[in-house]
Amino acid sequence: MTALASQFTHAPARDAECAPVCAHCRLPVPKALRPATDGPAFCCTGCEAAYSIIHSCGLDGFYAIQNRDSAQSRAVGASTHRFSEFDDPAFTRLYCTQAPDGTRRVELLLGGLHCAACVWLIERLPRIVPGVIKATLDFRRACVEISYIPDAVSLSEIARTLDSLGYPPHPARRAARRHIRQLEDRAMLVKLAVAGACAGNIMLLFIALYAGMFEGIDSGHEQLFRWAAMLLNTLCLAWPGMVFARSGWAALRARTINIDVPISLGLYLGGIWGILKTIAGHGDIYFDSISALIFFLLIGRYIQQRQSRFATDALELLFSMTPTSARRVRENGDLEDISTESLAIGDIVEVRPGDVVPADGTVLHGESRIDQSMLTGESLPVTASAGEKLAAGVLNISSVLRFRVDATGEATRIGRLLRTIENAAAQRARIVQLTDRWGAWLLYALLGLATATVLGWWHISPLLAIDRAAALLIATCPCGLGLATPLAMTAAIGGAARKGILIKGGDALERLAANSPRRTVILDKTGTLTLGRLTVLDWFGDESVRSLVRLVESKSLHPVAIALSSMPTPPSDAKISSLTEVPGMGIEACAALAEGRSCGVSIGTERFLQSRGIDIPHSFRQFCHSALQSGQSPVLIARDGICCAAAALGDPLRKDSADAIQRLQNSGWHVRILSGDHPEIVARTARALGLGSADARGGVNPEEKLAFVRDLSADRTVVMVGDGVNDAAALAAASVGIAVRGGAEASFQAADITLTHEGLSPILDLMGGSASTMRTIHWTIATSLFYNVIAATLSILGYISPLLAAIIMPASSLTVVLICLRARRFGARAEQTHLASEIEFGRARQQAVIS
Amino acid sequence: MSVLYIMVPLAFVLAGGALIAFVRAAKQGQYDDLDTPALRAIEDDQ
Repeated sequence: MTALASQFTHAPARDAECAPVCAHCRLPVPKALRPATDGPAFCCTGCEAAYSIIHSCGLDGFYAIQNRDSAQSRAVGASTHRFSEFDDPAFTRLYCTQAPDGTRRVELLLGGLHCAACVWLIERLPRIVPGVIKATLDFRRACVEISYIPDAVSLSEIARTLDSLGYPPHPARRAARRHIRQLEDRAMLVKLAVAGACAGNIMLLFIALYAGMFEGIDSGHEQLFRWAAMLLNTLCLAWPGMVFARSGWAALRARTINIDVPISLGLYLGGIWGILKTIAGHGDIYFDSISALIFFLLIGRYIQQRQSRFATDALELLFSMTPTSARRVRENGDLEDISTESLAIGDIVEVRPGDVVPADGTVLHGESRIDQSMLTGESLPVTASAGEKLAAGVLNISSVLRFRVDATGEATRIGRLLRTIENAAAQRARIVQLTDRWGAWLLYALLGLATATVLGWWHISPLLAIDRAAALLIATCPCGLGLATPLAMTAAIGGAARKGILIKGGDALERLAANSPRRTVILDKTGTLTLGRLTVLDWFGDESVRSLVRLVESKSLHPVAIALSSMPTPPSDAKISSLTEVPGMGIEACAALAEGRSCGVSIGTERFLQSRGIDIPHSFRQFCHSALQSGQSPVLIARDGICCAAAALGDPLRKDSADAIQRLQNSGWHVRILSGDHPEIVARTARALGLGSADARGGVNPEEKLAFVRDLSADRTVVMVGDGVNDAAALAAASVGIAVRGGAEASFQAADITLTHEGLSPILDLMGGSASTMRTIHWTIATSLFYNVIAATLSILGYISPLLAAIIMPASSLTVVLICLRARRFGARAEQTHLASEIEFGRARQQAVIS
Repeated sequence: MSVLYIMVPLAFVLAGGALIAFVRAAKQGQYDDLDTPALRAIEDDQ
C-alpha cells in the first residue's frame, strides 16, 4: 500500500510544471483525467469525493488555510472500506459511551493528520454529517472525540466520511483509563498552582520580615506577617505537601526508604515547629523555605509524571496488527462485515488480496501467497492452500481465500505473542532510580546528623537543640536532588527528539549508559540492517522494456511486482488490454502500444517462461544462477515470446549499516545479528558487514528471539534493535529496545526508544547522548550535595538563619537548573566528531580525484 | 501603616480568587491539550 502510494506520488512529478494540479491534494493530474472544460481537476476518485464533500458543505475555507499553511500534499486513498463493523452492538459496547441526554460519545484515532487545516476541517464535522453534535480534535494524540445522536446518524457513516476526507479512523481503546490519568494530571496541576501561590505570597511577607530585621519593624506588623505566613504555609503543607508525606509514609510502611522520607521529615518537622514558634510569638521560622521547597519539588514531580505518561502507555498492540473488521460468510453464502471481536470459532471468513487475516484458521478454499514478514521476519511470501494454517496478522497478497476460524483474539498466535511482550515489559528489571539510591544514603546521613545535633546541643538547651535540628533538616532538604534527574532527563529527551530520537522514559537512558564491561547490541536483519523491501538491484539485457514492465507490474500487489513497478524509469503510454497472474510463477499481459501495435509480455520465474514455451538463452540462465548464488531473486522478462531482459531483486543493505557496526565495535560493543530470515541469507549479510558467522543467527522465531535476549541479559547490558512484530517481545525484554524507522507499530510500542531518521547512525548519537546526559546528572547531584554540606555545617554550628536558608536554597536549585540545560545538547560532541570525520572523508576523496 | 491590617487579608482574598479561577479552569480541562488550540486559532467562522 505504501509502496504503491509512494510510486503514485513520485511517478508524475516530471511533468508537474505543465500539468494541472488536483484541486484537493495538489498533485499533478494524469493526462487521462484532465477535464475538457475549466473546472477543478482531480488525480483520483478519492480526492474528487473529498473535494465534493468539502465544497458542498461550503467549507472551501479549508483550501485557503491549507494554502497559507506549508504546502503539503494530501493524496486520498480511494478506500472501499464500508466500516459497517462500527455499527455492530459489540463495537458500540466496547468503544462508545452513552450520555444521559441520549447522545453517544466515541473516540477515534485518525490517520493522515498533518496541519492546522485538518483541525479546522475535522472540527467542522457537525456541518458535514448531520447528526454529529460536536467533534473535538486532540492534535498531538491524533484523536477526535465525537458526540452524535445514534438515531440520526450511524457511526459507520461518520467513519466513512472521515475516511473519504483522507483520515481513516480506528477506534481508540481504553478511553476510561485515559480519563483517569487525565484527572490525575489535572489534580497535580492544581497542587502545583496552590503551592506556587502559597510560596509566592509567603515570600512577599518574608521580604517585609527580613527588611524589618535590618530596618526595624513594628511588632504588631511582625506578628501579622508571621501569622499570615503560617496560615499559608499550613495550607501548603496540608494540600500539595501531602504528595511527599503520602509517598514517604508508603515507603516506610513497605520497610523501604525513598527520597520522600527525608523531604517530608524536614518539611513537617520544620512546619510544626514553626507553628509552635508563631504561637509563642518569637523565634526563627522557615516558612518561606518550606513552601518554596514544596513548589520546586512539585515542579520536578510534575515533569516526571508527564514524562512517564509516555512510557507507561499500556501496550496497545492488537489494535495495530489485526484488522477491526472481518468479512464473515453466512450459511446462505452471503457476506457480512462484522467486528473482529464478534468472530467465533468455526465461522467462515473471506479475506481478499491486500487484507490482513483477522483470526487464526485453516484454509478451506483458494490458493494465495501470504506475507508473513510481520510475524516471522521472512522476507519472501509463502503459498497457502486448502488445509493449511493461517495466523492472524499475516497479509494476503494475491487472491481471495476462505478459511475456518480456529482461534480469535487473545488465543491467536499473535495474541499469545503479545501476551509474552507485555510480560517481558513488566518483568524487565527496573534499575533503582538514581535519586532513590541517593535518597536512602541521604536519609541515613541526615538522620545521623540531626540526632548528633540534638545530642550535641541538648546539654546547653533542649529548645535550642530542636531548633537547630529543624533548621538542619530544612536547609539540607534534597531539593536540588529531586529536581536534578527529572529536569536533566526532560532536557535530554527534548534534545534527542530534535535529532529524531524519541525516548519514552529516562530510565532507558540510564540503562544505556550503565557502565557494564559486557555490552551487546543485537540487530535484526530485515528492515533494520536492510531496507526491508525488495528492490531491483541489477538489470540485464534490453533497457527499453523497463517502462512496459513497470506498467504491467503496477497492476499487481505481489512484493516482486511492487519492486519492479517502483523502478526509476519514464512512464509508459501503452495500455494493458488483458492480464493474468499465476500465483508463485509470474504475470502475463497483452499491451497496446502507442504506435497502434500490440505486444505480449511475460514476466516471471525461469520455470514460468519455460512453461510458456519460451527459449531462455544461456547468458540469461547464467545471470539467474549468479543472482541465486548471491541470495537474490531473479525475474525474467519476455516480449512477444522472446526472452529479452532479466532483473535481480533483493533486499539491499542500508548505506550506513556497515559504518555503524564498525563504529559500535570500536566503542566496545559486541555486535550480533538475530533474524527470522533464512540462515543462508543471514550469514551472507553478516559476511558483507564484516561480522563473523558465530555472531549471526538466522531462522529464529519470535519466541526464540525472546529467549535468546533473556539468556544474554542475565549478565550483560543488551541493546536490541529491531523493526518488526517478530522483534517486539525481544525489544521489550532487552535492557534497552530500539525500534528503527519504518517498523511495525508494535515494535514502537514495545521499544524504549524509536528512531525517526533512516538508518542506524542515530544509534551512535544515542549512545553518546546517554553517556553525556548521565554525566550531567552526576554533576547536578554533586553540586546539590555541595550546597547541602555547606548548609549542614552552618546549621550544626548554629550559624544558619531563615535568611541564609532562603539564599542558599534557591541558589542550589538555580545552579542545578543551569547545569541541566547542558543536557539539551544531547551528545552534540559525538555529532561534531561524526561531521569532522565526514569532512575528512570528503577531503580524502577530493585528493584522490586530483591525483 | 495600620492599613496593612486590611491590605494583607484583602491581598489574600484576591490571590484566593485567582487560585479558584485557575482550579476551575484546570478542572474543566482547559490545560489538558495545549497544542490543538494554537492550531484552532486560525479558524474564522463565516
